[in-house]
Amino acid sequence: MRNFDYHRPTDIAAAARVLAEREDAKLLAGGMTLIPTLKQRLATPTDLVDLGRIAALKGVRREGNGLVIGAMTCHADVATSPVVREAIPALASLAGQIGDPAVRHRGTIGGSVANADPAADYPAGVVGLDATVITDRREIGADDFFTGLFETALEPGEIITAIRFLLPKRAAYQKFRHPASGYAVAGVMVADFGDAVRVAVTGAGPSAFRLDAMEKALGASFTPGALEGLNPDALELLTDMHASAEYRAHLVGVLARRAVAAIA
Amino acid sequence: MNITLTVNGQSIARDVEPNVLLADFLRDHLRLTGTHVGCDTTQCGCCIVHLDGKAVKSCTIFAVQADGSSVLTIEGLAAPDGTLHPVQAAFREHHGLQCGFCTPGMVMMGADIVRRIPGADEQTVRHELEGNICRCTGYQGIVEAIVDAASQGARS
Repeated sequence: MRNFDYHRPTDIAAAARVLAEREDAKLLAGGMTLIPTLKQRLATPTDLVDLGRIAALKGVRREGNGLVIGAMTCHADVATSPVVREAIPALASLAGQIGDPAVRHRGTIGGSVANADPAADYPAGVVGLDATVITDRREIGADDFFTGLFETALEPGEIITAIRFLLPKRAAYQKFRHPASGYAVAGVMVADFGDAVRVAVTGAGPSAFRLDAMEKALGASFTPGALEGLNPDALELLTDMHASAEYRAHLVGVLARRAVAAIA
Repeated sequence: MNITLTVNGQSIARDVEPNVLLADFLRDHLRLTGTHVGCDTTQCGCCIVHLDGKAVKSCTIFAVQADGSSVLTIEGLAAPDGTLHPVQAAFREHHGLQCGFCTPGMVMMGADIVRRIPGADEQTVRHELEGNICRCTGYQGIVEAIVDAASQGARS
C-alpha cells in the first residue's frame, strides 16, 4: 500500500480544512471499504483524514418527529440502539445485517452512504425511509442523493455529518444476502408513512432506486398480493457473476412481498 | 507517527508509518504472532483482536487509528497466572480446532460473542461467526465450544 499523510482532526472544520488544502485527501470513516481499496491501490490518496476522533459525529438521538444518526455511528451501535429499535426497528434490523459482527464494530452509516456501493444496505434504508443527508454545507434529500454507481450528490470536500430519518408508521427491510460477502444481491425497504408508501431497492441497480408502481399499489392496498406482476424491468438492472438481471428482478419482487407480509 | 497504546495490559509506545496495519504492527513490530493474517481482505477473521473491548479485524485498521486505545490479542486472553479464558478452555474441551490457523480469530470472536450474548444458542453462534472462516471446515467443535462458554457466562 502506498503511504500517505495521516490527519486526525477533532472537529469538522479542521477536517474540511485538510480536505481543501491537500492535493488528494480522502476521508477515513470506518475504513471497511476504503482500507481494502487502498490495499489494492484502486485509490492512492496523498492524505487520509480520520473522522474517528470527532465526537460530534457519533451517536443517535430523537429530534422532533425524526431520528438523527451521526455519520460516524457504527452499524453495531445502530443495530443495538434502544432508541433506533423503538423508533425504526426496520433500520436497526438493516444495520444488523451488514457484513459480519467485526465489520459492524467499525463500519459507519456515513461511510456507507458516502461510498454508495450499489450492493450496500444503507442506501435502501436512506431512500426507503425518505431520509435527509446532512453535510457540513447543506441538507440533501434521499431522492437527490444517490446519482449513480458509487456516485452521490456530494461535492468535493463535502462531509456528511448525520442522517435524519422520518419515523414511518411501519417499515421492513428484506435482503437476499450474498453468502460470501454479505452484500445484498438485492435488498428492499418498504416503508408506510400513512399518507405515502415508499419502496426502495438496493443491490439490483447502479444505485438505490424507488419502484413507483409498487408504491402506488401498496398505497391502495397494503398487501403482498398487491405487488403481483409488478417486478421491475430487468432491462434496467445489473447482471454480474452472482446474479442475472432477470434473477434480480425476480428477487426484488419476492423481497418486496416478504417485507410487506412482515408488517401488513 | 508516534503512537501509544495498551496491548494486553502493557503500555506500548512506537513510531509507525501511517500505512502500517494493526495486524502487521502486532505481528512484525511487537512480535505478537498469535494474531494471524489469512485473507487480508476483511473476510476470514483470523486477524480478529479486541479494540477497546470489541472484536475487530486488525487487517483492516491502521495502527495509528488504535493510538490511545486498548488492544487485546490472543496472547493476552488467558489470566496472567495461565488460567484459560472460558472460551479457550471450551475450545480445548470440545476440540474446537484442527490445523489451528483460524483459531486465534475464532477464540477472540467467541469471547466477543460470549460477552455480548450470554446464553447464545447454536443458531445464534453460527450467525455470529459469519465473519470467521475455517479452512478445515471444523465448525462443529468451534460452535459447540462457544455455545458451551456462552452457557457458562449465562449461568455465572
